[in-house]
Amino acid sequence: MNEVYKPEKFVGKPIERVEDEALLRGVARYADDYPARLDTRHAAILRSPHAHAEIVSIDVSEALAQPGVVCVITGDDLLEYVDPFLNIVKAPMKLWPLAVERVRYVGEAVVLVVAMDRYIAEDAVDLIQVEYKLLKPAVKPEFAASEEAPVIHTECDSNVLSDREFTYGDPDKAFEECDQKVEIEIDFPRSSITPMENFVVMADYHPAENVYDVLSNFQGPFTVHPVMCRALRVKNTGLRLRTPANTGGGFGIKVAIFPYIVLMAIASRIAGKPVKWVEDRLEHLSSATAAPNRIVKIEAAAMKDGKVTAFRLDQLDDYGAFLRAPMPGPLYRMHGVTTGSYEIPNLYVRNRLVMTNKSPSGMVRGFGGPQMYFGIERVMHRVAIELGLDPLDVIEKNLISANAFPYHAAAGGVFDSGNYQAVVALAKKEGKLKELMERRDKARAEGKLYGIGYTAVTEPTHSNMGYITTILTKEERAKRSPTMGTNSNATVSVDPFGGVSCSTEVPPMGQGHATLMAQIVAEQLGLQPTEISCNMELDTQKDKWSIAAGNYSARFTSGPAVAVQMAAKMMRQKLAEIAAPNLNIPVEEVEFGNNLIFARDNPDNFLKFYRVAGTAHWSPASLPDGMAGGLSESAVWTPRELTAPDEQDRINTSLVYGFNFDFCGVEIDRDTGEVKIDHYVTAHDAGTILNPLIAHGQILGSYSHGVSEALYEEFVYGDDGSFKSGTFADYLVPSATEVPEPMVLHVETPSPLTPLGAKGLADGNCMSTPVCIANAVSDALDNIKDIQLPLFPSRVSELIHGDEPPPPERLSQAAEETPAKTSSGKSSAITGTGQSMVPADPQTVWDTLLDPIKLAVVIPGCHGLDEVAENDYRAEITLGAGPVRGKFLAHVKLSDLNEPKSVTLAGGLDGPLGSSQGEGRVRLEAVEGGTQVSYEYSVEISGKVAAVGSRLIEGGARVVVNQFFSRLIKQIETPGSVTAGEAGTPSLFQRILQWLGIN
Amino acid sequence: MPKLNQDSLQKIDFTLNGVAETGTAEPRMLLSDFLRNVMGVTGCHVGCEHGVCGACTVQIDGKAQRSCLTLAVQVAGRKVDTVESLAGRENPLTDLQQAFKTHHGLQCGYCTPGILMSTSEFLDRNPNPTEEEVRDMLSGHLCRCTGYAGIVNAIMATIEERQGKAAAE
Ligand code: FES
Ligand code: FES
Repeated sequence: MNEVYKPEKFVGKPIERVEDEALLRGVARYADDYPARLDTRHAAILRSPHAHAEIVSIDVSEALAQPGVVCVITGDDLLEYVDPFLNIVKAPMKLWPLAVERVRYVGEAVVLVVAMDRYIAEDAVDLIQVEYKLLKPAVKPEFAASEEAPVIHTECDSNVLSDREFTYGDPDKAFEECDQKVEIEIDFPRSSITPMENFVVMADYHPAENVYDVLSNFQGPFTVHPVMCRALRVKNTGLRLRTPANTGGGFGIKVAIFPYIVLMAIASRIAGKPVKWVEDRLEHLSSATAAPNRIVKIEAAAMKDGKVTAFRLDQLDDYGAFLRAPMPGPLYRMHGVTTGSYEIPNLYVRNRLVMTNKSPSGMVRGFGGPQMYFGIERVMHRVAIELGLDPLDVIEKNLISANAFPYHAAAGGVFDSGNYQAVVALAKKEGKLKELMERRDKARAEGKLYGIGYTAVTEPTHSNMGYITTILTKEERAKRSPTMGTNSNATVSVDPFGGVSCSTEVPPMGQGHATLMAQIVAEQLGLQPTEISCNMELDTQKDKWSIAAGNYSARFTSGPAVAVQMAAKMMRQKLAEIAAPNLNIPVEEVEFGNNLIFARDNPDNFLKFYRVAGTAHWSPASLPDGMAGGLSESAVWTPRELTAPDEQDRINTSLVYGFNFDFCGVEIDRDTGEVKIDHYVTAHDAGTILNPLIAHGQILGSYSHGVSEALYEEFVYGDDGSFKSGTFADYLVPSATEVPEPMVLHVETPSPLTPLGAKGLADGNCMSTPVCIANAVSDALDNIKDIQLPLFPSRVSELIHGDEPPPPERLSQAAEETPAKTSSGKSSAITGTGQSMVPADPQTVWDTLLDPIKLAVVIPGCHGLDEVAENDYRAEITLGAGPVRGKFLAHVKLSDLNEPKSVTLAGGLDGPLGSSQGEGRVRLEAVEGGTQVSYEYSVEISGKVAAVGSRLIEGGARVVVNQFFSRLIKQIETPGSVTAGEAGTPSLFQRILQWLGIN
Repeated sequence: MPKLNQDSLQKIDFTLNGVAETGTAEPRMLLSDFLRNVMGVTGCHVGCEHGVCGACTVQIDGKAQRSCLTLAVQVAGRKVDTVESLAGRENPLTDLQQAFKTHHGLQCGYCTPGILMSTSEFLDRNPNPTEEEVRDMLSGHLCRCTGYAGIVNAIMATIEERQGKAAAE
């Protein structure tokens, strides 16, 4: 070994992932795979079918009486053990793990059942009777923010919990002096990224130490840990939170587990047993979390040449029914970057956060970036169009110039480094922009709809914990101790036989962190990455962790990875100091490689790595003077650039700032409105790339989220707050046939602020891709101004052809039904009219309708009507088919009685499968041969049934109405021929079940 | 199939990953729950329980099937293979698994077992598919991490390698 030794480099190499072996064999351990104690009990949750209602009563007796049920817990039962979760704006709203007194969104947890197994628990959930009194909901953010809206949290004065204005530079002057004021409004939809693995919590209360011991696929940030502890009334040591070795995707969503962690912790205390809960997909879609939908009004002050001198933004961010920590992150974590990638010195921002009757918003990959950049990049596109310039020229004219770094953005972001021009130039050249433009010309010449879109995005990574305090005024901030910066922890240990392990404070969500750690450590210690053991489990009772710990804001490469490198270097130094006297060389000349520690200039003078390591363990007394024994080095990385907001509300929201520039060509099918991505180029500058294979994968994943935000995903709510996207057939997640592979390019401008030089890159395309596609669609459609995501074919068709013509009238059915519409779209009301001939005179029909006993027989599935007041009835009704049937509580009120001519029926159904509210008017008219009964009705449906099968409900409602009349006719023709209690609507439920594949 | 009593436990004799096994389950228990919670085969993942995501895909008598849409009692007397069967406990990864590693066809790995089970059966039936056919087959699976490119590349590389080997023989 005489040639000069070149240390082996792993950082920067496309090393295969060390995680993959276990994952590919199916032996990796996710939260649900961890062994549970034999006496573990299983939980299921009853959720609210209503968007806004008072809880009148909860009857759990039947559920509790079921064999195998351990306990049934309501919100009131929790009050003895928990305090409400804290929120940043100190709004007096009370967020409990289970609803107390009121429900505020469809899917809110109301009752928890703990039973011997999940099947029994779910059966028992269906036996709980909850009586609700409906309240008017506030679903749309603009309405919720208005005076007329019902206040969702009566403890608060309004639904707007925070309204702050910020001015940087002199925007008014800039707008006065500009040549063109360009404005646009956007309504960014509500969506999420739905990791393939749902939430899992396994909790066990230890009374001896008053410790809640919880295993959960929680992803951090661990700033939420004290929030849980406060709710549980324990110190941080009282909640031992453990996260598993593997988690099936996080994307920010898995911070929202925390109310369930507290819920199961208390359940375990009440049950006196470990309690396990695994969320199902309907629960996840309806209740887990969503990125806030946002209404943005944005104005740009532009000069004739395309230079933009100021932005004005008015943002209304919708947080759903509760402000859950760390909300309202999406509104503020981008704050320092509100002028995007541009040199724009003047800025005005108004930020309002509003509560609505929808599921609480939360962290979702990109975290405020997709919303913000959609406004900024759409308005930049409009600047070009309105000034008659090329959109790319306008972007390039305004990009921060390469010599301006570190660039101080108007709102306080300090962009560490970059060369945006180089990125754009690379993308144009390698991505073949010129050819793409020719392709567009050609396509257009052939009469096709083809457009090109551009976007430039600065991606803030490694959030400053202090950013959230920008929501407070400087006076409010002065009253509390400042929050700023972050810590990252890592430990590298070497065992007596030279085995090396490394750990840090990031629950893994699939990003390959263990591989990156192994690369960094192996490079420092002269070993192979596969030799480094990285246990990614985290245990707050035993591991080193910081309050900033967690897997979010793409902080790994500029945070924990740096701490890993620091710890590895400390270990290297210590081993070098141990080896040096034995090698007879100065410490500086000690080199590592090939599992050896040797003299840099004379590799033949070496020691085996494991021998040196062994010394520290087996003969600590022989260590150099003053050196501690053992081999475990822990490092904390604390970048100093992350300060608190200043007096002018400027905040450096993140440590490092990556950049990406995208362009794409899309073709729109003129007939179907389908948007096809023909060519997509994304060029990144994320500083030093630690592992190109992993970096590439992160970009592809982020891009695919961007595509789905642009074209597919949306949580749809009815006007009444009913939730319509409860399955993967309603909430569209693109498959392999819908996500074409983009071209990914890189420029590397290392960050001067971190020793590794890396910036994040995992979120950029979530921010850039939706608006890049939107700009391309606008370009394809004559620069149309209003682009509403997601660009469903039907929506794009409307842009091409104008509003959809009304559907042709249906052929008459048995009851000559004319459904007026609609179960899709925004309105959830199913309306219909119809007529039936009943062979009896109006008085006979009237008497049947008004007689509770006779009416009970006619109503499908009815077990008898109780008249609770005059013309006010209660009934128990069974609807369903096959193995699944639901009991519903029905209430019906008759009014506007005009005997025997007309009557109005109003009422609803409530049950575990969902709820409905409706009104109908029935008219009786004497005609030849009997009575013509005509009716019109309107029914709103919410809850589980609406969420999983809204597309099928319309038909189902018709079936019920038809059944009602056919039974009525039968009953009048031959009294007694109809049997009470026959379950109704088999076809509806049958269809839902079949389509769900259950039956 | 005989009529089963809904509360009675059924004894299920079947072949699991090549080994004769016996487990008990209520008639209503899903195969996915049975494999995971009774037989301890946790490589079978559950993502939606309504037949859309494909994470729970296993092979029953050699055919890829959704275990969340199958009842445990339906596999009595049959052969069930899960992802754990591909390489066996201590053998090297199969060429397909290795390709997923080389081409970064997985991130969190939650969707991966289902995709491997569909793909291995698909390639047995159809050894020389086009990329479009591969994407079509994959459309029965949802992956939220990878954007599918790595998965498609891994499968295409496996096909190419197998073709090369076949030609050399
Ligand atoms: S869990 Fe079976 S298809 Fe999703
Ligand atoms: S790798 Fe995470 S879902 Fe596919």
